Amino acid sequence: MKTFKEKLLVMLGQDSKKPASYSPEAEQIHKLKRLNKADFEAMKQHTREHQLVQNKWRNRRWAVLIAVNLLFVVSFWLDIQMLEGALTASRFVGFHLIDLNSALQVMLAHKHIIVNLLIGTATVFFLWVLLGGRTFCSWVCPYHLIAEWFEALHLKLVEKKLVTDHEFHRGARTVFWVLFSLLAIVTGYTVFETLSPTGILSRALIYGPSLALGWVFLLLMFEVFYSRRAWCRYVCPIGLTYGMVGTISPVRIVYRLDKCFHEGDCRKVCLVPHVLDVVIKGRAEEAVMAIGPDCTRCGLCVDTCPSGALTYGVKGLDKLL
Amino acid sequence: MSDTQPESASAPEAESKTGRPQGSAKQRSARRRFMRSAALTGGIIGLAMLGYLPVARASHARLRPPGALDEKDFLASCIKCGQCVQVCPVQAIKLGDLTDGFGIGAPHIDAREQACDFSCDAGQCILACPTGALTYDKPGFLTPRAGAPLAHLPILKAKEKDAEPTLNLKERMGLARLAQPEICLAVQGKGFKGQARGAAFKGTMRYMDVDRWKPIPVRDHPYERDLCDLCVTECPIKDAIQLKVVDKGDGLKRAVPEVLEQCIGCGVCEMICPVESGGQAAIVVDQRQTWGA
Repeated sequence: MKTFKEKLLVMLGQDSKKPASYSPEAEQIHKLKRLNKADFEAMKQHTREHQLVQNKWRNRRWAVLIAVNLLFVVSFWLDIQMLEGALTASRFVGFHLIDLNSALQVMLAHKHIIVNLLIGTATVFFLWVLLGGRTFCSWVCPYHLIAEWFEALHLKLVEKKLVTDHEFHRGARTVFWVLFSLLAIVTGYTVFETLSPTGILSRALIYGPSLALGWVFLLLMFEVFYSRRAWCRYVCPIGLTYGMVGTISPVRIVYRLDKCFHEGDCRKVCLVPHVLDVVIKGRAEEAVMAIGPDCTRCGLCVDTCPSGALTYGVKGLDKLL
Repeated sequence: MSDTQPESASAPEAESKTGRPQGSAKQRSARRRFMRSAALTGGIIGLAMLGYLPVARASHARLRPPGALDEKDFLASCIKCGQCVQVCPVQAIKLGDLTDGFGIGAPHIDAREQACDFSCDAGQCILACPTGALTYDKPGFLTPRAGAPLAHLPILKAKEKDAEPTLNLKERMGLARLAQPEICLAVQGKGFKGQARGAAFKGTMRYMDVDRWKPIPVRDHPYERDLCDLCVTECPIKDAIQLKVVDKGDGLKRAVPEVLEQCIGCGVCEMICPVESGGQAAIVVDQRQTWGA
């Protein structure tokens, strides 16, 4: 069984390893796939032919993301006061909500925590434990959506061999997380907020455009022409903060080994493909496995998988249903 | 960006010449990835730290909303959410941009454009602030700068007849100063008639004789004064500014606005002042200026 510690290390930047042993059930499935190669290929072919191309989860996710951000906007513009503030901190019908990473920056820089800050942070912490940690990234963060659109452009250019994707070490994000925390402590300023495209975009949507949007555009260009989804993958400490929350969340993507043909479509669409290393042939140590905490629960793999090997799941609830 | 492709293609040949062990191409690409990552880390951290420049040079010294902690503590504790912006009845609060460096997203007031006139009666921005960057009760470990605390709680003229006439504000935001006495109408013994800031001015203010709870555009409230005293009459705080009569013996009634210790630096005088020169009103608010400094 993949330990909690190993999943955490993979999120922090370590490469995932081949399992040392399999559960009896998984071992059986792996064996069967090797034995009946002809059958396996035929089934794969059959599934491919009947694949239902859909964007169900992507569309739902985009709708939620746009709705949440619009709620911020109309709360101010139409003065309906439902969700006041911006993504860094807000009030939902009066209840304090405070972004975990922004709260962390403020707490470390200011070194003083008032009750409202604590309440808002705790509320958001429990909210995202329930909803899946990095669910914040793919279902709420406005930069994620725009970066997704520009990613499509990047992939087109890669296909035409006009650009190549330059990968960075995933551990860089952990280094950024530590450095930005240290900088907040040492300098006494919320240094990360200066560059955070999440905060910049959220404020620009609500309070009107700013020069800072130029920085966000440069970031997007960097991602289009140099490195695919670089900010979300290798830099953003917000993602890691929510990833930590995701370690204890019951909402995750579940992988079923027996339904998988190991074609790897899911890894191609994934923002964080290392969480899907488990779908590589011979990597799954159990017949049914939860995807790691770094997963943003975006559902692109669920939409993409031709054989339904990847689904949304809620720990504890799956057995009830 | 094209540097990696040819290199990796020619890597095996280079290896056989130098007799390096197999797999060094992989090692090299790993090394390149590491160097790239180090450059990315340095670059992003460097860019973020550039945000210190505007703060250090104080090139964007801003008038902060009422109840703001001292500048360094304020920037540390502000979570850049703009809830203060949303509750202000006169939309006096604006947020900082990239040019403010670490002050990006932090609130400020441009008093000449729209000052805080305490139309809300209570400092709604302070009540809205989730982190205590704007606060009535400064934490004990932050000692106020000399001359920042007010002698006593400021009395809001609009609330003078209420049971609780004071604002719960213990420190000033800044201090008003007659920056250009030579253009001041009162100093010249001149009166004023008409819209204080012209027909195009968008600023709003609360006028108790119009509606206590609904601020109206300043342009909709023309004035007529024999001797201009707008900075004194429109000041929302009691005993914060007065006109001192000056007698030059020529029979002309002259006066000079005199800022008093109860001035909290809200900036209404700067907004309402009908004259300006070089883009600056006759009377201005110096942000974070202390009494007796």
